[in-house]
This record gives sequence, C-alpha cells and structure tokens, in this order.
Amino acid sequence: MSDKARAAEGFAARKDSEAASTEQPRSALRFAVPLAVFIGLAAFLFVGLGLNPREVPSPLVGKPAPTFQLAQLAQPDQTFSPSQMQGQVWLLNVWASWCVACRVEHPLLVELARTDTVPIVGLNYKDKRDPALGWLAQLGNPYKLSLMDTDGRVGLDYGVYGVPETFVIDKQGVIRFKQIGPVTEEAWRKKMFPLVQQLRKS
Amino acid sequence: MSVARFQWMLILISLFSGAALSAKPLAKPDAVATHRAAGLAEQLRCLVCQNQTIAESSAELAVDLRREIGEQIQAGRSDEQILDFMVARYGDFVLYRPPLKSHTFLLWFGPALLAMTALAAFARALRNRRRRLSDTPLSSAEQAEAERLLGNPGDAKL
Repeated sequence: MSDKARAAEGFAARKDSEAASTEQPRSALRFAVPLAVFIGLAAFLFVGLGLNPREVPSPLVGKPAPTFQLAQLAQPDQTFSPSQMQGQVWLLNVWASWCVACRVEHPLLVELARTDTVPIVGLNYKDKRDPALGWLAQLGNPYKLSLMDTDGRVGLDYGVYGVPETFVIDKQGVIRFKQIGPVTEEAWRKKMFPLVQQLRKS
Repeated sequence: MSVARFQWMLILISLFSGAALSAKPLAKPDAVATHRAAGLAEQLRCLVCQNQTIAESSAELAVDLRREIGEQIQAGRSDEQILDFMVARYGDFVLYRPPLKSHTFLLWFGPALLAMTALAAFARALRNRRRRLSDTPLSSAEQAEAERLLGNPGDAKL
C-alpha cells in the first residue's frame, strides 16, 4: 500500500471509523475519482480558453461558391460573376471602407498582390462607391477587381456576418476555406498559403 | 417585451403598412405574416452578437435578416424553407434550438445523463451508509465499553 493510500485510509478512518475496516480499496477511490473529474474538467476548460467563439464553422466550405452577378467598383457598367475565375485558385475578400478590422489585413493583401501570389477579388460589402474608391486610393488596391454589394445580398448568400472575411475558392469554383476576421500573417502562412499551393497542383 | 423587440415590431409594421399603401393586393400583409416573421426571428441567432436572437438584436446583420424573412414570407415560402435558407448560409449555429444529430447528442442528453449518474451515485452512497450503520456488530471491546458506560453489565444488549 502506498503512503498516499495509507494516509487516505487514515483520514477516512478518523472521519468515519466504521468505514475504515470494511472499505480499504474505496478510501483511495475517494480521492482518485474527484481528482480525475477535476483534471478532466480543467482540461476541457483549458482547451476552451484557446477557442474563438466568433469562428463559426461555415456550412459553405466544400460547396460550390454561390453564383452572382455584380457591377464592378471601378467600372460600374461592367459586371463580374465567379464563373469568370473558373480554372484558377482565387481569394474572395469581403471588405468595406467602414470596416476597421479590414485595415489590419490590408497590408498583407497588398503584399500578396505585389508579389502576384494569388488573384484577389474584393467584395465591397454594404459600402458606398466614393468612400470605397477613396479607401483604395489611400491604402492601395490589392484587388484584381472589386464588386459592389451595396445591399449586402451577395454577402448574405456567402454567410457573411463579420467583415472582413476571406474565401479560398478552387479551380472548380468550390469554396475550400473561410477566414473570418482579418487574414493574419499566421493564418496565411500556416493555413491559407499551403492550401492555395495544394489546390493549384490538383 | 424588450425594447429592441418592440422597435423591431414597429419597423416591421411600418414596413408592411408601406407595402399596403402602395396598393398591391397580393403583397398585403396580415397579422399571420407578422406573427410568423416574429416567430422565425425569435428562433434565429444573430451571429454578430451571438447571445441575442435576430428579433432582439439591433445589429445591422439582424436587420438584414429580418428584412429577408419578411420578403421570403411575402414570396410565399414556408417557415421550414426560410430556416433551411438560413442554415445553408450560416450553419446550424444560427438556430437557437440545435437540431438533433449524432454530434449534438451530448448537447441534448448530456445534462440528463449527468443527472442520472449523480442520482445513481447518491443512491449507492445511501445504500452503503445504511448497510454500514445496521450490519456492523460491535466488537467485544466495544461491547465491554458500552456495558461499562451503561453501568449495568448484566442486562445491556446492544
């Protein structure tokens, strides 16, 4: 019998003299079970600390990107539809001039455009044309083109609820990944860029 | 009734009365449609604020979704179709009442399972306790001590 178990037994015996004689193996359990339950609970809570409740898994991942036809921001007389990107791996980035968090990811997007890493199409979500154009002029335009989703209807079809959001869409037009919130350096390096490279090969 | 919900009903009423004024008999709203819209809005989670329904929330997304519900009701779609529309875009999380699926089994039955386990453990502890209290005979030393304390060695039977 270990010291711990003996101590446990002694404690139990002092507390309840009848129990000590009949329940030697149980008195160790008396400590082991609550300890195990506590460790289990603590493990769950610890994992929970690292989860982001804002990241709701999108049901659209693995499904074809919803089709739409929208006017382009720079040339409103011309439209764009996702089918025009068929055969390419591309990003659909939802942004707006009123969106503060969009400024966080913007330098990264500009860098991606400068190095010609992947074509980025902007979905200018619930914005007005003039401030949107001004925003691009001021901060740089990483977009192959931007589309005006003035009433947010296309955003609704894409399940957008927190701008910025970025979709990785493959050659067949299937959504492969959705980044909710700014594209961070880490998210790009660890998740999105490897995915883009892998999708290019297939 | 929360202020937010009251506001939203006002918005809805004004929206529908606007439609009525434009004299389209087909689009004429009725109490049933308003009631349905409110009922649906109460079942859907606002993803921006997460702990509010889209009926309660004043976030822009909630306003858009309420508008969408109103329009879809006008277009003659069923409640089920509208909920499916939302789930297809935002996932099961948008539903306040999670659907019963294999991966939501614990969510639905976990509390009942825990309660049953606790009750079983409690019943077991009670049974053990009763057995310990009744079945353990006194040792001869304890018997002697009891007799000494009671001061009547001949008659004491415990």
